[in-house]
Amino acid sequence: MPEIRVTPLGAGQDVGRSCILVSIGGKNVMLDCGMHMGFNDDRRFPDFSYITRNGRLTDFLDCVIISHFHLDHCGALPYFSEMVGYDGPIYMTHPTQAICPILLEDYRKIAVDKKGEANFFTSQMIKDCMKKVVAVHLHQTVQVDEELQIKAYYAGHVLGAAMFQIKVGSESVVYTGDYNMTPDRHLGAAWIDKCRPTLLITESTYATTIRDSKRCRERDFLKKVHETVERGGKVLIPVFALGRAQELCILLETFWERMNLKAPIYFSTGLTEKANHYYKLFITWTNQKIRKTFVQRNMFEFKHIKAFDRAFADNPGPMVVFATPGMLHAGQSLQIFRKWAGNEKNMVIMPGYCVQGTVGHKILSGQRKLEMEGRQVLEVRMQVEYMSFSAHADAKGIMQLVGQAEPESVLLVHGEAKKMEFLKQKIEQEFRVSCYMPANGETVTLPTSPSIPVGISLGLLKREMAQGLLPDAKKPRLLHGTLIMKDSNFRLVSSEQALKELGLAEHQLRFTCRVHLHDTRKEQETAVRVYSHLKGLLKDHCVQHLPDGSVTVESILIQAAAHSEDPGTKVLLVSWTYQDEELGSYLTSLLKKGLPPAPSGGS
Amino acid sequence: MAAHLKKRVYEEFTKVVQQQQEEIATKKLRLTKPSKSAALHIDLCKATSPADALQYLLQFARKPVEAESVEGVVRILLEHYYKENDPSVRLKIASLLGLLSKTAGFSPDCIMDDAINILQNEKSHQVLAQLLDTLLAIGTKLPENQSIQMRLVDVACKHLTDTSHGVRNKCLQLLGNLGSLEKSVTKDTEGLAVRDVQKIIGDYFSDQDPRVRTAAIKAMLQLHERGLKLHQTIYNQACKLLSDDYEQVRSAAVQLIWVVSQLYPESIVPIPSSNEEIRLVDDAFGKICHMVSDGSWVVRVQAAKLLGSMEQVSSHFLEQTLDKKLMSDLRRKRTAHERAKELYSSGEFSSGRKWGDDAPKEEIDTGAVNLIESGACGAFVHGLEDEMYEVRIAAVEALCMLAQSSPSFAEKCLDFLVDMFNDEIEEVRLQSIHTMRKISNNITLREDQLDTVLAVLEDSSRDIREALHELLCCTNVSTKEGIHLALVELLKNLTKYPTDRDSIWKCLKFLGSRHPTLVLPLVPELLSTHPYFDTAEPDMDDPAYIAVLVLIFNAAKTCPTMPALFSDHTFRHYAYLRDSLSHLVPALRLPGRKLVSSAVSPNIMPHEDPSHQFLQQSLERVYSLQHLDPQGTQELLEFTIRDLQRLGELQSELAGVADFSATYLRCQLLLIKALQEKLWNVAAPLYVKQSDLASAAAKQIMEETYKMEFMYSGVENKQVVIIHHMRLQAKALQLIVTARTTRGVDPLFGMCEKFLQEVDFFQRCFIADLPHLQDSFVDKLLDLMPRLMTSKPAEVVKILQTMLRQSTFLHLPLPEQIHKASATIIEPAGESDNPLRFTSGLVVALDVDATLEHVQDPQNTVKVQVLYPDGQAQMIHPKPADFRNPGPGRHRLITQVYLSHSAWTEPCQVEVRLLLAYNSNSRIPKSPWIEAGEIPSQVETSIEGTIPFSKSVKVYIMPKPARR
Repeated sequence: MPEIRVTPLGAGQDVGRSCILVSIGGKNVMLDCGMHMGFNDDRRFPDFSYITRNGRLTDFLDCVIISHFHLDHCGALPYFSEMVGYDGPIYMTHPTQAICPILLEDYRKIAVDKKGEANFFTSQMIKDCMKKVVAVHLHQTVQVDEELQIKAYYAGHVLGAAMFQIKVGSESVVYTGDYNMTPDRHLGAAWIDKCRPTLLITESTYATTIRDSKRCRERDFLKKVHETVERGGKVLIPVFALGRAQELCILLETFWERMNLKAPIYFSTGLTEKANHYYKLFITWTNQKIRKTFVQRNMFEFKHIKAFDRAFADNPGPMVVFATPGMLHAGQSLQIFRKWAGNEKNMVIMPGYCVQGTVGHKILSGQRKLEMEGRQVLEVRMQVEYMSFSAHADAKGIMQLVGQAEPESVLLVHGEAKKMEFLKQKIEQEFRVSCYMPANGETVTLPTSPSIPVGISLGLLKREMAQGLLPDAKKPRLLHGTLIMKDSNFRLVSSEQALKELGLAEHQLRFTCRVHLHDTRKEQETAVRVYSHLKGLLKDHCVQHLPDGSVTVESILIQAAAHSEDPGTKVLLVSWTYQDEELGSYLTSLLKKGLPPAPSGGS
Repeated sequence: MAAHLKKRVYEEFTKVVQQQQEEIATKKLRLTKPSKSAALHIDLCKATSPADALQYLLQFARKPVEAESVEGVVRILLEHYYKENDPSVRLKIASLLGLLSKTAGFSPDCIMDDAINILQNEKSHQVLAQLLDTLLAIGTKLPENQSIQMRLVDVACKHLTDTSHGVRNKCLQLLGNLGSLEKSVTKDTEGLAVRDVQKIIGDYFSDQDPRVRTAAIKAMLQLHERGLKLHQTIYNQACKLLSDDYEQVRSAAVQLIWVVSQLYPESIVPIPSSNEEIRLVDDAFGKICHMVSDGSWVVRVQAAKLLGSMEQVSSHFLEQTLDKKLMSDLRRKRTAHERAKELYSSGEFSSGRKWGDDAPKEEIDTGAVNLIESGACGAFVHGLEDEMYEVRIAAVEALCMLAQSSPSFAEKCLDFLVDMFNDEIEEVRLQSIHTMRKISNNITLREDQLDTVLAVLEDSSRDIREALHELLCCTNVSTKEGIHLALVELLKNLTKYPTDRDSIWKCLKFLGSRHPTLVLPLVPELLSTHPYFDTAEPDMDDPAYIAVLVLIFNAAKTCPTMPALFSDHTFRHYAYLRDSLSHLVPALRLPGRKLVSSAVSPNIMPHEDPSHQFLQQSLERVYSLQHLDPQGTQELLEFTIRDLQRLGELQSELAGVADFSATYLRCQLLLIKALQEKLWNVAAPLYVKQSDLASAAAKQIMEETYKMEFMYSGVENKQVVIIHHMRLQAKALQLIVTARTTRGVDPLFGMCEKFLQEVDFFQRCFIADLPHLQDSFVDKLLDLMPRLMTSKPAEVVKILQTMLRQSTFLHLPLPEQIHKASATIIEPAGESDNPLRFTSGLVVALDVDATLEHVQDPQNTVKVQVLYPDGQAQMIHPKPADFRNPGPGRHRLITQVYLSHSAWTEPCQVEVRLLLAYNSNSRIPKSPWIEAGEIPSQVETSIEGTIPFSKSVKVYIMPKPARR
């Protein structure tokens, strides 16, 4: 029995460290290769020894697919390919291929240089790893080998994020990665055609949330910033380098443009500058507005946003500063925060979730006095705002995607177990498809009933089509032909052609049957009686009386002969070919019942 | 007896003329008819290869074929069709047959048999499809002939089983276009089976080819368009198609569902999987709403558009479209809109958001949450957030239409519309502002909503700001804080964009007059008066101060207690503004000032009548006085013209009529004056100088008649006749004057002929109106026409002269509504002393902003003229996109004019003005002759010219020599 097996090594009932193994049609594919933010030990990478105890990964895995450049989807890639050892192809989209190494390098620096970890992958390893990458375009069907093919769909979320369809024969799996069903200022909405996959593996971060319209959030954000700037205050927006940062930049940039504002906006240098460069290049991956207007002006060539210099923080007058990192736990954003916190005219806007223990979390939970290092106490007088700009699909969005793709079954990953439970129930109820939510290391086995394609000759198809008058796509149709199985492919051809191809002579199979009739008259008269009887009964068949005394119904021959021993009984010889079996047996049963009493001859 | 003889002679002459014309006509026919088809025949016979034949056919198709020779051509084509083996040539012939059968004046029933005949023997699918197309052309050409239609439908049904989708498509198209409408009719035509076209088409809804499915739905829609009532059973079939794999099928299916829902809104359909039943229109509404989140944006646009026109839907369903149940971690959450509302009703101002402010409240029963509602839930929320701006615009439009028909829905959708003011695409923002204006009668803005609306005032796009001003003009504000906020924001706008001055003042005018009671408590603050101290008198020229005053004065109009709060200088400023900005400042009943209340009473209606009467009387006086001595007539005309002009200035409603009549009278006056010239009594050569006057008069009359014809909107045919008549008189005058002043007969010959042609043309164009012109110049002229035709120029001139003198003064009937086109250039203001400097040879862009009143089709008629000091004139055609249409009869031109010149030594002024271009062709009713193109367009028929219709503005410019 063919089956699809799915084993999450990470992201099973969990957020972070996405890594899912899929076996489909004898092919093994690894989806994403991420790391976990929450751990600093071995647990941060997926347990690749699960795949194969001894033996090379390359022999076991046919390919690796990376959905987007976030570290929880690609962070373990150099470790996996260089340190564990994998030499097969790694597929990702062009933007992901471009941005991924920057993030990996940054991650490596923090881990090795700042935290001083040993036994970590090196810069060279990142480079080597990226050499194994094969970049794909959207909607491009890539033939991994003869049977396995993959295809990328647009997923929103971040620049270059893609959903992947993995197809072997007639079975297919769609892996969504992270996606967003509502468009934002710089990215479009995820889209997939009605590809009807056997299994849809979807993320479910917001399985139990239905979000408000993004317009309210945007308006609130802009209003807050605008008001503060008009008051002459300074606005600090701590962000992570990629993704949301660009979204907020576009938002503020267009607002400044529209409202003709003059206050400067700064962006902390370093990683973000590099990233912005890539955003400028991959215009085709952005939303309608940016794509359409980039001929006049590339939206990522910011007019109002300039690079930040440390000295600017002390400048008088209003300004807006984007600074990394996003949780205010270290670096430039914290420095600026300390400078500005004392003035109630200023404002800090936290655009995302903050981990417990960080300064960001503390001020969001309302703490007004912060203890800094060196026993300093920092009093926070500035306004603290929270704005959530998330780029994941909410429950409605997930359902929408499931509706669009029409899968035969659904598997949930990248979410909390409790929330998945709810969504699973909903999916089963609304779409009546089975839904799974395996934990890490747990294998889901899906028996499939693959359809076997059979080629049919055009002549036969046309002949059969011509017989039916009205088209009806859904109804099964009976068809006569010969199935030829040769070299593991199947063909349906007409029997004549099959004979010809196989070099066989045609044999005819004829059935003959004798029916005894009690009739004293001559053979000819009996034949006439049979003829008139059948003629009366079989209105829609062609019944003929031939000059030699025999009767034919279509191609069935009936001859009457006198019984050699008993002249009172006549023997009717009924003969038909194999093809007319139905009619022939019907006729014999009819004749066996006897003829009706002859109206003329009897009296 | 002599008269009788004369008449007979004329009759004979007329006959001769007609015969000549006929001859020409027949000649033409004889020449063209055989040549066309014969040439084609020869060409086709010559063709050695299919490619050659195809070339000939293509060449042939470039030229039109006359109706008479179509049949011959068709025969030849058919003949070749039978012989031809190459399908591509047959295809071309088939398509030519279709084209030819569309020829006007040709009845294609004669070729139908042949077409059906060749259809039966055709093997190629493409040619088959083309032939069916030809049949469709034939069928649509003969809509009355039932039996032909039946036959064609029969043919279509027969080919429906074809294996090619193209053929099936065409068959369905044919069925949709020709399928019989009523059963009763089909019974009359015997011999042909009665077919249920709807059922046949419906069967193809499940065809295997998506193109055929689409064609089937389109055919069904076509049936509906032709007035056939679709069966309700189609609804279920169409619903199934909504989940089709192909977008064009879904898109067409949405339309079909919409059509059925409009046909049977009240019938009841069951809800699957439950026992409930709902109205069909509600069910369809729900289904179309569901399509707003379809995968294809084409379908989404289609669905969003159609939603707007489903007005019968019940309010319960309608309101669901704006509802998206929010939740977070399975707990119910309030939307930002709800929070804002609550904040507002609790009387608290926005205190800034706290972390966890939007924390979810109550738990949700997991079983009750329906994630993909089959109903209308949140359709508009999705539509307004869509990625494609086309969908968003469609959704906004739909919201607008639904809100106009349902006040409660209008109230609910307000929050969403306000949100759209922040869309990333300007077009969407603009559209939503306009939408809001359209529904503003139904709504009152809350303060927080107003706040969001006003934030958009800082937008850098002028269109957005002006649209917003228009919106504020008709908005209802609920509190005095709201008014104050609006004023503050508008003043901020004014300082940021000073060019918005007029628009802002106008906006405040309406804001004040709509909310007098809300303005009242604000007055002391706004005027910064103090109970004890006198405050400094504000600067009267400050636009911001004027803005505040406009608001207050307009509020004071209906609030008599307000003037008591004014300080002295306010009253002075009022008097000043009432004079200088009378369109913005209304008349007030101020204590101690009688003049205002007596001079202008608030009620205008009784006032209108006397002035109108006066107008009528003075015009009647003129028309009755035609037989007085010339001196008296002239004086009367002069007085009346003066009266009318003054009346026009005083009464703006009557300005159009008064000006129009005055212009006409002026023409008449000029004509009389010209005929009074001494020149007529004296020998010709002596009075060359005086003749200048007469010819100048003729020229001026011509100009005035063009103005009358093209500068006024609402001119009807009645008036056009009179105007043309006047012009004809002017031309006659011109002819006479030239005859008197030039020596030699040769130039006169041409002029005479031209004049007679024009008379002829006049007669042809206005043949229906001639009875109204009894006793007029043209009436007499036409009587004498035969004689004029044969006379020598000198004689003609003589006749014309006497006729001009004898002709009576035609009464000009006044049209119902007549407005003079006018334009005011707002920018450039022409006050600047600083020259616009630029390097010679390069261009400088000059912003031109003008308002146009009562201009029809400004995109084609309005031009900008720039006059340079050296007399060089330049005409600029503004782009169609430069015209905005802010209201009925009003247009706004905002454009850029590029100036350039060689270097000057010192700055100089160029003049900028607007011109109205006209084309005399446009007004003349089309006679069938002209349409057929038999008469080559005469000189008369297309005179183009321009009329200046705005004051010219001087712009100081200085092209500098280029530096090396």
